[in-house]
Amino acid sequence: MEVSCHEIWREISNYLDNDVDPALRERMERHFANCRHCAALVDSTHNVLVLIGDNRAFAIPANFSKRLYAKFAAHLASNR
Amino acid sequence: MATQPQPRPDERALIERVRGGDSEAFYELVRPHERAIYITAYSILQDQTEAEDAAQETVLKAFRNLHQFRGDAKFATWLVTIAINESRMRLRSRQRARLESLDASDPDDPDYVPIQLRDWREIPSQALERQELREALTRALTSLDDKYREVLVLRDVQLHNVAETAQILGITPGNVKVRLLRARLQMRDRLVTELSGWHLKRKGK
Repeated sequence: MEVSCHEIWREISNYLDNDVDPALRERMERHFANCRHCAALVDSTHNVLVLIGDNRAFAIPANFSKRLYAKFAAHLASNR
Repeated sequence: MATQPQPRPDERALIERVRGGDSEAFYELVRPHERAIYITAYSILQDQTEAEDAAQETVLKAFRNLHQFRGDAKFATWLVTIAINESRMRLRSRQRARLESLDASDPDDPDYVPIQLRDWREIPSQALERQELREALTRALTSLDDKYREVLVLRDVQLHNVAETAQILGITPGNVKVRLLRARLQMRDRLVTELSGWHLKRKGK
């Protein structure tokens, strides 16, 4: 039973989370072997998720932690 | 592929210390979650100064309301929920006009097609050392629809699982999965667009 590109697009998020049943997984992987656009889709989407899940992807401002602690300390001091 | 965040073994002890009057211990409790709080705020407010203000207020609110934390969710989940509420509240009061997205491709549209590529050359994680890639990621993330950006940040940037994400957003796990699919596809499309100048071979029309 072939799976269409539309079905791939619908299931790709679950596939990347290992959340599809083994039969569907196998059909999807057969599709990737035969469809370069969907193979590129799963590769690129997976790559994006690896990048954005990396601590380096989104920077916090310099000295954010210091300022946060200073604000908290000031709050404690004003409430004593 | 996203790993579940592990609860810190000493979190309970720190909470008890704070409740017992050791207020300074609260900072140790919050410190591992500072980045998550800031990124949550920034993803909603999209302004560094406002995000920092919202993050600071989140920490103060959490401190003042620690007695309300019942331990029936992860501490991180509770903090992020406060951050989201604080940020959304500031966004509402800001009342700035949102720019319409130039790119009308919404994965919710029945005619939606993901950007088609002939192949994909892997971007190694090491490339995150380059500012231009980080800027491209930030621009792509900023350009997402709000509801997609929220779920993507929680699930794929901060690595909460589906159940936690559902709890934080107050929606069902099924809804999380549907939104996450659309969020991931839109993020991938936007990043592909951002990078098309220097990375990709695209399918010809």
